[in-house]
Amino acid sequence: MDALDVARWQFGVTTVYHFLFVPLTIGLSVLVAILQTRWHRTGDEKYLKLTKFYGKLFLINFAMGVVTGIVQEFQFGMNWSDYSRFVGDIFGAPLAIEALVAFFLESTFIGLWIFGWDRLPPRLHLASIWAAAIGTNLSAYFILAANSFMQNPVGYRFNPDTGRAELTDFVAVLTNKVALITFPHTLAGAFLVAGALVTTVGLWHLMRRRDNPDTDAYRHATRFGAWVVLISATLVVLTGDIQGKIMTQVQPMKMAAAEGLYTTESPASFSVLTVGSLDGNREIFALKIPYLLSYLGTGDPNGTVHGINDLQAQYASQYGPGSYTPIIPVTYWSFRFMIGFGLAAAAVALLILWTQRKGRTPTNRWLLRAGLIMPVLPLLANSFGWIFTEMGRQPWIVFGEMLTRDGVSRSVSLTEVLTSFTAFTLIYATLAVIEFKLLLRYARAGVPDITPTPDDTDDAERPLAFAY
Amino acid sequence: MELTTIWFLLVAVLFTGYFILEGFDFGVGMLLPVLGRDDRQRRVLINTIGPVWDGNEVWLITAGGAMFAAFPEWYATLFSGFYLPLLLILLALIARGVAFEYRHKRPEATWKRRWDHAIFWGSAIPALLWGVAFANIFRGVPLDADHEYVGSLIDLLNPYALLGGLTTLGLFLTHGAVFLALKTTGDIRHRAGTLAVTLGVGTAVVAVAFLTWTLTIRANLAAIVLAAGAALALLGALAAARVRREGWAFTGTALAIALAVATLFTALFPNVMPSTADPAGTLTATNAASTPYTLKIMAWVAVVFTPIVLAYQSWTYWVFRKRIGVQNIPQH
Ligand code: HDD
Ligand code: HEM
Ligand code: HEM
Repeated sequence: MDALDVARWQFGVTTVYHFLFVPLTIGLSVLVAILQTRWHRTGDEKYLKLTKFYGKLFLINFAMGVVTGIVQEFQFGMNWSDYSRFVGDIFGAPLAIEALVAFFLESTFIGLWIFGWDRLPPRLHLASIWAAAIGTNLSAYFILAANSFMQNPVGYRFNPDTGRAELTDFVAVLTNKVALITFPHTLAGAFLVAGALVTTVGLWHLMRRRDNPDTDAYRHATRFGAWVVLISATLVVLTGDIQGKIMTQVQPMKMAAAEGLYTTESPASFSVLTVGSLDGNREIFALKIPYLLSYLGTGDPNGTVHGINDLQAQYASQYGPGSYTPIIPVTYWSFRFMIGFGLAAAAVALLILWTQRKGRTPTNRWLLRAGLIMPVLPLLANSFGWIFTEMGRQPWIVFGEMLTRDGVSRSVSLTEVLTSFTAFTLIYATLAVIEFKLLLRYARAGVPDITPTPDDTDDAERPLAFAY
Repeated sequence: MELTTIWFLLVAVLFTGYFILEGFDFGVGMLLPVLGRDDRQRRVLINTIGPVWDGNEVWLITAGGAMFAAFPEWYATLFSGFYLPLLLILLALIARGVAFEYRHKRPEATWKRRWDHAIFWGSAIPALLWGVAFANIFRGVPLDADHEYVGSLIDLLNPYALLGGLTTLGLFLTHGAVFLALKTTGDIRHRAGTLAVTLGVGTAVVAVAFLTWTLTIRANLAAIVLAAGAALALLGALAAARVRREGWAFTGTALAIALAVATLFTALFPNVMPSTADPAGTLTATNAASTPYTLKIMAWVAVVFTPIVLAYQSWTYWVFRKRIGVQNIPQH
C-alpha cells in the first residue's frame, strides 16, 4: 500500500459520503419549497405542517452536506496537488464560480429561511427557500461541469512549455455534452431520493395510526413523494439512455467495461447478470437481452459496440504500453446496481400509489417494510452510479490526458495520508450514526402542531420563532 | 493593472472578508463557555450567529476556489505542504458546523455539553491555525525547484508563526466579544463589553509584537502604514468598547483585522509563497498564476457577482439586526 492507494480510498470514501447527503439537499430543498408555496397559495394548514416537518429533516441532512463539502474543496490541493497544477487553469474556474454564485446564495438564504419565519414578510420568506433551492441545484451544475471535464476534456489545449492543460474555450467547458446530460441525470437521481424519503415518512405515519388527526397531511405527503419518485425514475432512465450513448462515443472503454464485453460485437446484447468470472474466459451462466446493448450504446439495435481487447490494443498504441482497462467486476456490477436499486425504488413507489388508490389506506405489513427501505435504494443507486462513473474512467484522472497515479501529491507522505484518511473515516462514521438517529427521531415525531404566536407581548420580549 | 495583480488583490480581499466575518463567529464559539453561564445564555450566544455563520464560512470556500482558479500552483503547494494543520482545521470546521445545527435537537444535558465542546474547539483550533498558516505563507517555507514543500511539520511551528497564531486567536476573541456586546441585551451584553476590553489589551500587545516582527522580515512603506493603522484601529476599538460604544468598537476590531491581513499581503506581494530553501521554488503572483484567459473570465464573474453577494449578505445582517437576550429564547 502506498500514498496513492490511500489517497484514492480517501477520495472515494469522502466523496461517496458527501453524495449521501447531497441528493437529499438537492431534492428536498425544492420539495419543501413546493410545499410552502402550496401553503402560501391555499392557506391550508396541512401544507404548513408538512413544510415545517420536512424542513426539519432537510436541515438535519443539510448540515452534513455542508461540512463534508468543505473537505472536498480542499482535498484536491491536499492529496492531488499535481492534478491541481495540471488542470487548475480549467478546473478551478467552475469550482470558484460554484462558490461565488451558488454556495453564497444557498447558505445565506437558508439562514434567512430558518430564522426568518417571524422576521420576513411571508412572500420574502417563501422566496428565501426558493433562492436556496435554486442555489443548491445550480451548485450541482458547476461541480458536474468540472467533473465532466475529467470524463471528456474539451475547450483546452496541452501547453508543453508549462506542462499543463490550459483553457481555450470556457463556453465549451460549460456546455460539454457530458455535463449537459450528467446534470439532468444526477438531478433526477437526487429527486428520486428526496421523493422516496417524503413517501416513506408519510407512509409510516399513515399506517401506524388509523385515527391520526393529521392523516390527511400524511396521505398527501405519501402521494406527493411517490409521484416525485415515479417522475424522477422516468427521467433518470431517459437521461441515462442518452448518457450511455454519449459515453460510448467519448469513453468507449467505459461502456465495454460496464458490460464486461471483451470482443467487439455487432449487434451486441445486454447482459443482465453473469455468474462466473468476468475476465472474459469462463462464463458459467449469463442472462442476456439481445440487441439491447447495441441500442443503449449507439441508438441502433444492430450498432457495433467495441470490446475491451480491441480498445486496450488501440489505447496501448496511442498512449504507450500499459493497462487502460478499469477493474471490470467493479464497473460491471456497479452499473447494474445503479439501475437495479433505482428501479426497485420506483416499483415500490408504484405499489404504494396503487394501494392508496381512491383514498384507501394501505394495511399490508410487507408494503410498510418495503416502504421503509425505499429511501435507501436510490441512495445506493446514486453511490453505485458514481462509483461506476469514476472507476470506469480509471486509470485516467483526466481521460486521455493524465493518469490517476500522476495526479497525487508528491510531497505528502504515506503517514500523512493515512492520518487524514483515518481521521475522516472516524469522524464521518460517528456523524453518520448521530445524523441517522436524529433523522429517525424527528421523522417519528411527526408533523408539528401549529400554534399561532401570541402577539400581545412587546417585540423586545417576544421569543424568537426559531432558535438554535 | 496586471490581471495577476488584480487576482492577488481579490484573493486577499476574500481572505480578509473571511477573517472579518468568521472571525467573530470563532470568537463567539470560543467565548461560549466563558460568557454562557447556563444553557439559555449559551443559546443566546449561539443564536447571535445562527443565521449567518454558514454564509460567513462560504467566504473561505470562495477564497479557496478563487485561489485554485487563479493561482493553481499556490493552491497545490499550500494545501499539500500545510497538510496536517489544514486537516485539523477541516476536522474542526466539520465538528463545529454540525454542532450548531444539532445541539438543540435533543434536550439531554450531556448531548448539549458535547456539542458545546465541539463548538469551542471547532472555533479555537482554526482561530489559532489560520494565523500560523498565514504567518508561514508570509515568512516563507522550504520549497524545492518544483514548488514542492520539503519541510516538516516542525518547520511550520516556528516562533514567528506561533505568534501569528496567537494574534489571530486574540483578534478573533476580541472581535467576538465586541460582536456579542453589540448583539445581545442585559447581563451578557455587559459582561461581553467588559471582557472585550480585557481581551483587547492582551491582544494589542501580541498583535503589535507580531506586526513589528513581520515588518522586520519584509516591508514596504504601504505595509508600515497599514500595520500602524491596524494598531490604531485596535486601540480605537478598545477605547470605544470601554465607553460602551459597541457599534464603533465592532467597526474598530473589523478594521484592525482587515488592516492586519492587508499588511501581510502587501508586504508579501509580488510573492505569494517565498521559498526559504531553493530560491527557484519561490511562488509569485506571476509564476503561480493561471493563463490570462482564465483570469479574465474569472475577473468578469467576480465583478458581476461579488456586489450581488455583498448586497444580499448585508441585507441578511439588516434583517437580523435586533439584539437578543435570554427572554427571546423559546422554551423547548
Ligand atoms: C437513483 C439513481 C440512478 C438511477 C436509477 C440510474 N442512474 Fe445512472 N447514474 C446516477 C444515478 C442513477 C448518478 C449517481 O447520478 C450518476 C453518476 C454520474 C452521473 O452522471 O450520474 C449515474 C451515471 C450513469 C452513467 C455514467 C455516465 C458517465 O460515466 O459518463 C450512465 C451511462 C448511466 N448512469 C445510465 C443509466 C441508465 C441507462 C439508467 C436506467 C435505466 C440509470 N443510469 C439509472
Ligand atoms: C459526488 C459524487 C461523486 C462520487 C460518489 C465520486 C466517487 C469517486 C470515487 C469512488 C473515486 C475513486 C476512484 C478510484 O480511486 O479509482 C473518485 C475519484 C475521483 N473523483 Fe469522483 N466522485 C464524485 C464526483 C466527483 C466530482 C464532482 C469530481 C470533480 C469535481 C470528482 C473528482 C474525482 C477525482 C479528482 C478523483 C481522483 C481520485 C481517483 O481517481 O482515485 N468526483 N470519485
Ligand atoms: C468532489 C467534488 C465536490 C466538491 C469540491 C464539493 C464542494 C462542496 C462544498 C465546499 C460544499 C459546502 C458548501 C457550503 O458550505 O455551503 C458542498 C456542499 C454541497 N455540494 Fe458538494 N462538492 C463536490 C461534489 C458535489 C456533487 C457532485 C454535487 C451534486 C451533484 C454536490 C452538491 C452539493 C450540495 C447540494 C451541497 C449542499 C450544501 C450546500 O450547497 O451548501 N457536490 N460541496
